[in-house]
Amino acid sequence: MNNHVFRPLYLALAIVALVFLARYLLVPKDFGAHERGYMYGWHRKGNENEWKAVTVKYKTSAYCKECHDDKVAGISSSSHRFIACENCHGPALGHPEDPMKLNVDTRRELCLRCHAFLPYPSSGRSAIRGIDPEVHYPGKQCSMCHNPHNPRIPTSRS
Amino acid sequence: MNRREFLKNSITVIAGLAVPLSALEFINPKELLADKPGGEKVRWIFLVDTQKCVGCGLCVMACKAENELPYDADVSRTWVERYVVTRDGNTLIDSPKEGRDGYTSQKITMGDGTSRNVRPEDIEKAFFVPKLCNQCENPACVQVCPLGATYQTQDGVVLVDRKMCMGCGYCIMACPYAARFFHPVYRTAEKCTFCYHRITKGMKTACVDACSFDARRIGNLRDPNDPVTKTIMSGRIGVLREEYGTKPQVYYLGLSREVK
Ligand code: HEC
Ligand code: HEC
Ligand code: HEC
Ligand code: HEC
Repeated sequence: MNNHVFRPLYLALAIVALVFLARYLLVPKDFGAHERGYMYGWHRKGNENEWKAVTVKYKTSAYCKECHDDKVAGISSSSHRFIACENCHGPALGHPEDPMKLNVDTRRELCLRCHAFLPYPSSGRSAIRGIDPEVHYPGKQCSMCHNPHNPRIPTSRS
Repeated sequence: MNRREFLKNSITVIAGLAVPLSALEFINPKELLADKPGGEKVRWIFLVDTQKCVGCGLCVMACKAENELPYDADVSRTWVERYVVTRDGNTLIDSPKEGRDGYTSQKITMGDGTSRNVRPEDIEKAFFVPKLCNQCENPACVQVCPLGATYQTQDGVVLVDRKMCMGCGYCIMACPYAARFFHPVYRTAEKCTFCYHRITKGMKTACVDACSFDARRIGNLRDPNDPVTKTIMSGRIGVLREEYGTKPQVYYLGLSREVK
């Protein structure tokens, strides 16, 4: 047979073989169409476990109860009972080993997220008592006068 | 077939094609529930109550910390939008810093960097809309991925494989909800995972735990006793951009027609 017929054929075959080799080496073993089929399921199965392994940082208020029983009990009878501890103290990952103490955020901005007055009758905001931060004791920490864990209105009006 | 018939038939066909397929398919969670009997035990869904949201942004803050996104980067997996509808029919929408620091001022940030103050008496309605990935049953973002780097899990969550993603951005363009973005560190497509590491351990998502007002809830559509499923089945719920046919699985209570 003529060599000039086969030579290009060999070349073509070599390229095809190379593509398969590359695919074999590059595509992960667990890659394929899994439960959700060809349309939505093409993936590397192992990636699901990578996502499951992300560290949980927020431990929820149930965790605080183990040690800060008093605080949890205090807040649970107040109008702040719905607010999770970690919203104001940050994620508890590692606490109390490292960090030993969680952040105590006393900035006015924290409270103003909910309490800055906004004239929005059709939103949930209207159910929270609002203040005007420029009038309501500007420059002073809210916790000076209000206990964040039990924010009853101070009786002695200043 | 004569000329008249041909024209008549053609017009029918063309008119038929003009109706997008998706317009004929209205969202029906019951269908999804009935789907695949016996198979999967879990299909994660989300319920947002826009009437309860107060715009404190604590969900956005928690999401960023839980999911290791740089706190100061202007991207977030979940965000809160403010809608202010004025009496003269304008709808102003803003979401400064994705709502991370909450809404503490009446000033509305406009697209050009200026801000606008609407007098209380000019406001017809104003409310907050928390948003996140809709974990669609038919995710357009997954269909367009050329690499199999994004996919839907068996329990209905759309994830991105950072090792496979090459950052082409097709999925970001394909999402009708603008829920995807580039991760500022990894430079790969990034999106809400419904806190897959939490829900698969029996916990709730970080944003649900952070919400003091039950404006965000997560549930399992395949559990008929799940309170979220019950709310969805019994009722007056809406979804965003239904007409795209993606079958979003984040349901909204008290959705206003202005919300896009
Ligand atoms: C295993 C026990 C334990 C758990 C659980 C725990 N803590 Fe603590 N926490 C401690 C200890 C011990 C300290 C240090 C007390 C000290 O030095 O006064 C501390 C300190 C703190 C402080 C700082 C107090 C200060 O005086 O500055 C805060 C705030 C705090 N914890 C919040 C939390 C929150 C919120 C949670 C739940 C998410 C939590 N803790 C869970 C043991 C715990
Ligand atoms: C609304 C925000 C908020 C919430 C919710 C909250 N805290 Fe606090 N917490 C504060 C602030 C502000 C301070 C600082 C008080 C001060 O300066 O007097 C503080 C102080 C503390 C302290 C240390 C100082 C002290 O007064 O003994 C501990 C411990 C603590 N909080 C634990 C908790 C726990 C546990 C929870 C959940 C049950 C919780 N906090 C919920 C805002 C909050
Ligand atoms: C997540 C939203 C949120 C945050 C953050 C928050 N509050 Fe509140 N606060 C509420 C709600 C809800 C109520 C109950 C409704 C009401 O009385 O307005 C409330 C009630 C109050 C009251 C009235 C309490 C009463 O029973 O009379 C005071 C005072 C108060 N908060 C102060 C604070 C201070 C100080 C901070 C910051 C440490 C703070 N709040 C942070 C939501 C919040
Ligand atoms: C110097 C003390 C002081 C400081 C600081 C202070 N408050 Fe007050 N606050 C009061 C007193 C007194 C009242 C009750 C009388 C009134 O309504 O002014 C009150 C009332 C409130 C009320 C209820 C308003 C209503 O309509 O019933 C809220 C909410 C509140 N404060 C939130 C805050 C927040 C948030 C901060 C921080 C940004 C703050 N306060 C700082 C003293 C203070």
